[in-house]
Amino acid sequence: MEVRVQNVRKEFDRFPALHDVSLDIRSGELIALLGPSGSGKTTLLRLIAGLEMPTAGRIFFGDTDASEKTVQERNIGFVFQHYALFRHMTILENISFGLKVRPRATRPPAGEIRRRALELLDLVQLAGLEKRYPNQLSGGQRQRVALARALAIEPAVLLLDEPFGALDAQVRRELRKWLREIHDRTGHTTVFVTHDQEEALELSDRLCVMSQGRIEQVGTPDDVYDHPTSPFVFGFIGESSELPVTVQNNEVWLGGRPLGLPAGDSQPGKARLFFRPHDVELVQADAALTGAVNTARRVGGTRRVELTISGANQPVEVDLPFDHPATENAALTFRPRRWKLFPAA
Amino acid sequence: MATKLRARAKRRISPTSERPLVQWLLIAISLAFMGIILVLPLYAVFHEAFSKGIGAYLAALTERDAQAAIRLTLLVAAIAVPLNVVFGLAASWAIAKFEFKGKAFLITLIDLPFSVSPVISGLVYVLLFGAGSFLGPWLKSYGIEVLFALPGIVLATIFVTFPFVARELIPLMQDQGTGDEEAALSLGANGWQTFFRVTLPNIKWGLLYGVLLCNARAMGEFGAVAVVSGKIRGQTTTMPLQVEMLYNEYNATAAFALASLLALLALVTLVLKSVLEWRFGEEIAAGSH
Repeated sequence: MEVRVQNVRKEFDRFPALHDVSLDIRSGELIALLGPSGSGKTTLLRLIAGLEMPTAGRIFFGDTDASEKTVQERNIGFVFQHYALFRHMTILENISFGLKVRPRATRPPAGEIRRRALELLDLVQLAGLEKRYPNQLSGGQRQRVALARALAIEPAVLLLDEPFGALDAQVRRELRKWLREIHDRTGHTTVFVTHDQEEALELSDRLCVMSQGRIEQVGTPDDVYDHPTSPFVFGFIGESSELPVTVQNNEVWLGGRPLGLPAGDSQPGKARLFFRPHDVELVQADAALTGAVNTARRVGGTRRVELTISGANQPVEVDLPFDHPATENAALTFRPRRWKLFPAA
Repeated sequence: MATKLRARAKRRISPTSERPLVQWLLIAISLAFMGIILVLPLYAVFHEAFSKGIGAYLAALTERDAQAAIRLTLLVAAIAVPLNVVFGLAASWAIAKFEFKGKAFLITLIDLPFSVSPVISGLVYVLLFGAGSFLGPWLKSYGIEVLFALPGIVLATIFVTFPFVARELIPLMQDQGTGDEEAALSLGANGWQTFFRVTLPNIKWGLLYGVLLCNARAMGEFGAVAVVSGKIRGQTTTMPLQVEMLYNEYNATAAFALASLLALLALVTLVLKSVLEWRFGEEIAAGSH
């Protein structure tokens, strides 16, 4: 089911949580709402679910206007960060809850409910645990049950609020892969909220980056990573280094020296230069960035070096091969391979 | 060398624990205190009740006025406790799950009966429904007696006991939040289904705990009930009132026989309360007491 969010605004006690947000979610895609805390991503998810009502704007499920519909009428599957499993019910009872509370006319027979619940338990790889209670399961298992419970009602849209937020790193990576598999198998339109950019980049078909109640950028992971459209997105997605520069004669200058970087169609004047620490090359040239090594740390397969750049008063980070002999105060000359200029605010 | 080591080991006690002598002294003081204040009177009640033999004890309990007092006490509790369960559920639901203006005021109001002397609580109803009031004569013209009758006793009892259920449930429901309810709603359950299948099972032990305390207080209440009941023998005397009347008439055996039932109720309540705390400690938020 495709979901259209149209000019939605949400205020809590006159404090705006979302300003005029519009977003088209395609049928069958897995889309991530990514942003720091307070960016409005969870509010947007809860608005789609019908757990909150918008102050203004509309939300469409397919062609029908869902804005006025209650959460029950929207037929969504919602997975909570802290699972929200019913602790007094067994796993099987938890999964069949959504079918059991249906009015008699649309409720499947008891045997059918049980069969479907067991099938879902199998899908989330927890077959055999149907008689257990939630507190007898690990966090990862509980979240799988929560997903099975949400899928049981055959939802039009699957909504997940920081589904892996309460789990440890190892389980998180496993579940990420597993969620992707489930999505590919069941084909539900899925929206999930996360503050973990790695999770969003790895898992989603498209991601929607949010900040301070606004959507900053929507695109595929590659698109957002390679072509960020705002300083916020550049800084938030992936590692980034920033330098205050000036654009003059179609070139980028720092401290009265050209850096050997063409400015393209950027306007002359003060600007902010962004690049990825791992996307730099060491060069032998005058027109380049030079800096003295402050600290050098071995991070996995690379050596992360913090440099004081001549002409700038803020340090930047670059990644070098781990066997590079970067010692303290050693001078390095480099250029970013790819970079992006934004006008200074 | 060995003694030296042992001497050092002796001093290695955790900084928050006391020396054995101090520990022993503290335990002895509290035990002695409990013995004098709690156990001894309890013993005295049963000793006095059975002082003239089991026959006299049973006779005192089966006497007509005593039977009427027992029936009235049970009836009052049977009305007051369910009403306070409904009120307690509604109030704690509202406080724990919604944001609204005047919430802090409502919480303070719920605690009011704890801070007001029961006698005053009774007097309030005398003022409200007495002969000189507006409501009393009006209700009387329709044949409804409030004061010196069952309705007055029930009202006074409800007033005195209404904090118990609410106070037990509010911290519990606040702690549980609204996640489970949202989950149930998102799965298509309506409000009643959510309440009976999710909310109520989540709070059942806490609710039982509150009901237990509420019931004990409802049956044992003296002050407020004494003011509104008029103490008409065989009609408006509850067990505690009957005990006092018998005692004032120097009928110690009968007074203590009836009192022994109240003491028994207290003991049963205590045992059930301990069992609940021990078995379902996490689910009843007993830490708030």
